[in-house]
Amino acid sequence: MTTFQPLDVIRVSATPDKADAEPNRDAEIVKLIDVSNCTGCKACQAACLDWNDKRPAVGEHVGIFENPLDLGPDMFTVVRFAEWDNPKTGNFEWLIRKSGCMHCEDPGCLKACPAPGAIVQYANGIVNYIQDNCIGCGYCVKGCPFNVPRVSKTEQVAYKCTLCSDKVAMGQQPSCAKVCPTNAIVFGPKAQMLAYAETRIANLKSRGFEHAGLYNPQGVGGTHVIYVLQHADQPELYSGLPANPAIDPLVQAWKGTGKYVGMAAVGLAVVTGAIHHLVFGANRVSGEDEEEACKLVEEKRV
Amino acid sequence: MSSVTQPQKILVRRYSGSARINHWIVAISFIVLLLSGLAMFHPSLFIVGETLFGSGWMARWIHPWAGLALTVAFLALFLRFLPANLPHLDDFRWFARMKHVLSGHDEYLPELGKYNAGQKFVFWSQMILTCTLFVTGVALWDSYLPFFERLTGYHPTIEQMRWAAVIHATSAVLTVVVWIVHAYAALWVRGTIPAMVGGTVTGGWAWRHHRRWLRREVKKPASVQAAS
Repeated sequence: MTTFQPLDVIRVSATPDKADAEPNRDAEIVKLIDVSNCTGCKACQAACLDWNDKRPAVGEHVGIFENPLDLGPDMFTVVRFAEWDNPKTGNFEWLIRKSGCMHCEDPGCLKACPAPGAIVQYANGIVNYIQDNCIGCGYCVKGCPFNVPRVSKTEQVAYKCTLCSDKVAMGQQPSCAKVCPTNAIVFGPKAQMLAYAETRIANLKSRGFEHAGLYNPQGVGGTHVIYVLQHADQPELYSGLPANPAIDPLVQAWKGTGKYVGMAAVGLAVVTGAIHHLVFGANRVSGEDEEEACKLVEEKRV
Repeated sequence: MSSVTQPQKILVRRYSGSARINHWIVAISFIVLLLSGLAMFHPSLFIVGETLFGSGWMARWIHPWAGLALTVAFLALFLRFLPANLPHLDDFRWFARMKHVLSGHDEYLPELGKYNAGQKFVFWSQMILTCTLFVTGVALWDSYLPFFERLTGYHPTIEQMRWAAVIHATSAVLTVVVWIVHAYAALWVRGTIPAMVGGTVTGGWAWRHHRRWLRREVKKPASVQAAS
């Protein structure tokens, strides 16, 4: 059994990566969500609220199964229900997906974050928000390819699923996995989970789901929350799971070269001013100018 | 007789008290915006916001409020200075003689009204940039988006927020560059600062840089006074 190393931080927001660091990734973990096993009971939602001690305000029922309708600063996971008529089989399918943070290997939120230490990535793959360092700017919301982080309106800091990093640090599994009655959510070392996923996919394929497969998007370097989907060729069916998520090029430009170009432009303006003053000196008013002005006033008075 | 009583220097009134107060509200909120914005612009500048505002969180909190103050004050300033900043044919001649402008040879420039083409450029570009920064800034003001949604019925998508962030950062750089031009010109052209501090410039300053304006002003007895 792998020992998890919760305090091994491999990446910190707004802080340069250590070039020489060779983090030990033996502790890498994965939460596997097998959509085909999910009954939509929402025990994971309840367990999540319980462990994180969140009590969101009672919402409104709008006639669909999602409750609440969306993730929130005090709602880290929402089970989403998609109804789909499979045109090939003529079957009605209920595609129920537990949504939440994917814990990307290349996290867009961490890349976009301007506050040093507000977002960290551990060697075990968990991406965590350190609210004490968060400034509430909401850049993580723009950086995330999955639309997951939410900024609290009252505290003005960002929240999302922690993958129960505190429990994982003590060798336990996340609350949602622990409570799941159908083993739709399982948790463990990455290699073990990937191997288990293969058995599930083989099982689905044997039952006629020819496109069953794994959702572990490589556009973000893979994720530490992965799905087994009945229709892995069409992830959008599952309440808009993006087919090819990646950090948006706009975010790359905004957080990458753009900032250096900007600082260079401002620096250049200052240097140009200084050089101009050195070359041409001050533009001074001469005594003659003052006399001319006096004469002008005199002319008007006469 | 007249040569004996003639004063050595005259002062010309350039800005009223309310115009100066308006200008300095814009200036102070601009500095607050610049310093608090640096914290969010680049991690290497985060310490600026942390040091001056107590924490990055406070810098982030104050930034949009200062932006709101600047937008309101700047719009007032815009309306106040608009008539004097309308384009004039001499503006093109002024730009064509940039060589003389930069070398400080005002004698080769056309006689100018209250503002030269460079000042008008600063005026109009800051107007455009302030509007851009305000609109994109609202889209980035997460905690007040629900309020603006109630007000306008509109909530930006994540993709629009990404554009807003890029445009906001770009406009911020441009507005700082234009501000550097503005502040440098005020320092370089000696005798300009008193216009926004005490409200007057010397006759020589007006004769040298804004002669067409001076010719108008000397006709108003209240505008001109002898320097003590």
